[in-house]
Amino acid sequence: MTEKITNKERMKIPRQVMPEQNPAERRNNFNEVNLGFTEELAKMEALRCIQCPKPTCIEGCPVGVKIGEFIALVAEGDFLGAADKMKEDNLLPAICGRVCPQEEQCEIKCVVGKKNEPVAIGRLERFVADFERETIGIRTPNLKPKTRKKVAIVGSGPSGLSCAGDLIQMGHDVTVFEALHELGGVLIYGIPEFRLPKAIVKAEIDSLKNLGVEFVTNAVIGFTDTIDELMQKGISSPPAGKAGSTSLTQGGYDAVFIAVGAGLPYFLNVPGENLNGVYSSNEFLTRVNLMKAYRFPEFDTPVFNCKDKNVAVFGGGNTAMDAVRTSKRLGAKNAYIIYRRSDIEMPARAEEIHHAKEEGIEFILLSNPVEFIGDEKGWLNSVKLLKMELGEPDSSGRRRPVPIQGSEYELPIDMAVIAIGNGSNPIIQKTTPGLDFNKWGNILVDEATMKTSKPGVFAGGDIVTGGATVILAMGAGRKAAKAINEYLNRPSV
Amino acid sequence: MAYFMRYLIKKKLVMYKILSAKFIAPDIKHFSIEAPKIASKRKAGQFVIVRINDFGERIPLTIADSNTERGTIDLIVQGIGKTTKELNTLGAEDYILDVVGPLGKPSHIENFGTAVSIGGGVGTAIAYPTAVALKDAGNHTISIIGGRTREHVILEDEMKIVCDEVYVTTDDGSYGMHGFVTDQLKELIKERKIDFVLAIGPIPMMKAVADVTRDREIQTVVSLNPIMVDGTGMCGGCRATVDDKTVFVCVDGPEFDAHKVDFETLMRRNRTYLDFEKRALQEHECKLEKQQLQNTG
Repeated sequence: MTEKITNKERMKIPRQVMPEQNPAERRNNFNEVNLGFTEELAKMEALRCIQCPKPTCIEGCPVGVKIGEFIALVAEGDFLGAADKMKEDNLLPAICGRVCPQEEQCEIKCVVGKKNEPVAIGRLERFVADFERETIGIRTPNLKPKTRKKVAIVGSGPSGLSCAGDLIQMGHDVTVFEALHELGGVLIYGIPEFRLPKAIVKAEIDSLKNLGVEFVTNAVIGFTDTIDELMQKGISSPPAGKAGSTSLTQGGYDAVFIAVGAGLPYFLNVPGENLNGVYSSNEFLTRVNLMKAYRFPEFDTPVFNCKDKNVAVFGGGNTAMDAVRTSKRLGAKNAYIIYRRSDIEMPARAEEIHHAKEEGIEFILLSNPVEFIGDEKGWLNSVKLLKMELGEPDSSGRRRPVPIQGSEYELPIDMAVIAIGNGSNPIIQKTTPGLDFNKWGNILVDEATMKTSKPGVFAGGDIVTGGATVILAMGAGRKAAKAINEYLNRPSV
Repeated sequence: MAYFMRYLIKKKLVMYKILSAKFIAPDIKHFSIEAPKIASKRKAGQFVIVRINDFGERIPLTIADSNTERGTIDLIVQGIGKTTKELNTLGAEDYILDVVGPLGKPSHIENFGTAVSIGGGVGTAIAYPTAVALKDAGNHTISIIGGRTREHVILEDEMKIVCDEVYVTTDDGSYGMHGFVTDQLKELIKERKIDFVLAIGPIPMMKAVADVTRDREIQTVVSLNPIMVDGTGMCGGCRATVDDKTVFVCVDGPEFDAHKVDFETLMRRNRTYLDFEKRALQEHECKLEKQQLQNTG
């Protein structure tokens, strides 16, 4: 550092504001909302970090990024050095910098935040990753010597990708299997372009390809190959590409990591839910994000025409915010979030709620849908809502919504999106003997090692925990990578 | 040359080659597609999801047959919407970008006794593999093939090889019995005991079959054809109402008890994107006409 700066002076610097697209403009386009720090803003923000001798922020990070060290490098203007430091623990920083709930993880533990606003760790992470990618391209770290051990990863979402990144660095051969035609899982089909540009996901996946990770698309593990077939001995695998296009069985893997995500949308189970115009958030977002329905007819996949229509999204999580903001961008006249609790209980990130409100999304809180009503042709016309009030805390610690008798009313809507979470996809469960599940269909694992009941098979992410966040899934992927490495290096092998 | 070889190898790994393609009826084309792994894995009743190119939609197509030695799967496609019509312009040596599968639950096959396999229009292609499996399981297997006219009757020869008896009906009486598949089914029911019916075709046909067999308590199965996106249970777009409960056809089906299916809801949901489909088709046909004009002009 060129000049000495005291902690007192550091504490006086206000938290830097990240530039973003103006709400009136952005609600008509799919470009990224947040524009990221400039070099000056990043350096200024980095100076706010007081470099605690015993930093608590790292405890909040599921993947243990050396936060203080990388921020010190940013303050010095060594942005590439900062990128290297960050990538020691996180190979997907441009993604994490955008979608991690930092305010509940690292930033909530920030010592500066006790008196002032916490250091904007997430925005700095994003800045550093973007700087490297946009200036010299993503550099690949050094790999350990090849072990000749092979690991199959099922699912190319956040958990699978972070596990792949760690295992390849440890010297193992890694193949990632993806059911869809594109890589990235929820990062591609779920999270919209305006929050996480797909080019950034592709760039970070490409960096894993450059490290030697192989990817196979169109592979629905359970059907195309079973877990047992992946672990069959004496079979060599075909090179990366698309499943089914060659006759070879994908086999001979020494360990398998199952990271297929939750992947079976919940519905409300109220009358009228199968009317035309009622979607799961997965379907609505997949049509728009993965299949690019917002560019119909250039792309063949259609989606409900939201233009000048009334759209209601049911749920209070990040996915609900993604869906409602997407409908606004597709031209919805009125776009509502309908949530049965109050805003305090909403699981979405504060930033997403704030952005949604800025874009003109209306929040109808303490309201529960009891019936969807259609017209004579079976198209959605309205929803019957029941007003709620908050009662005693329930098992999740949040106050339980209790219906107010006789408070039913009808709200005219043309499209509904159900964004209340996902159950467990049954495909792996039905095709994998010897793998233990709980009664909700989540895979049972040893929490320290992500080991399942089946030897050599590990699991992590939403298929274990139920619907959670990108970074928790990444944390599970890294924990599994460590355990898989130990398993592969065990003395008996 | 080395570059060309690498290109070919890459193409083989990243695309699915059409080995043969021929029209078997107006607008109905029979494809053999190189997909060795799917060919070796698939069972009767299962389907694949196909995406033709980078701009394409994902559509489900039931696997009509496979040849494990050649490493091919057979798809029989009726050109109705933009994607199926575009698919039907492809021929041997062309490539399809994505073929995923096999998906869905295989047909439930057992020796029921006397089994009738009914196919209406292109539905006969979907009924065919299950008819083969029913015969293999020891059933006295009867096939009823329905078509609008004589030229819309498909797979009659193939069915004759597999089944003990084959009956044909046409709506206009140009071939076989003049009438619907249900008329033939009623005849059969009158003269003997039928233990199992499989019906695959247009929704009104499947509904009509279900209505014939319901009171007579003949176990009847239909294969549903809702709109799908991923085909693995992730999107819920293919949900249907069966026995008053919501099911996901892609993972819970595609075959269900015909007497419990809510056909009205299925038919209605399949019309969700009708306006879009018309527009896509119009633009596609305009494009084709322009190309033809350029070629001839």
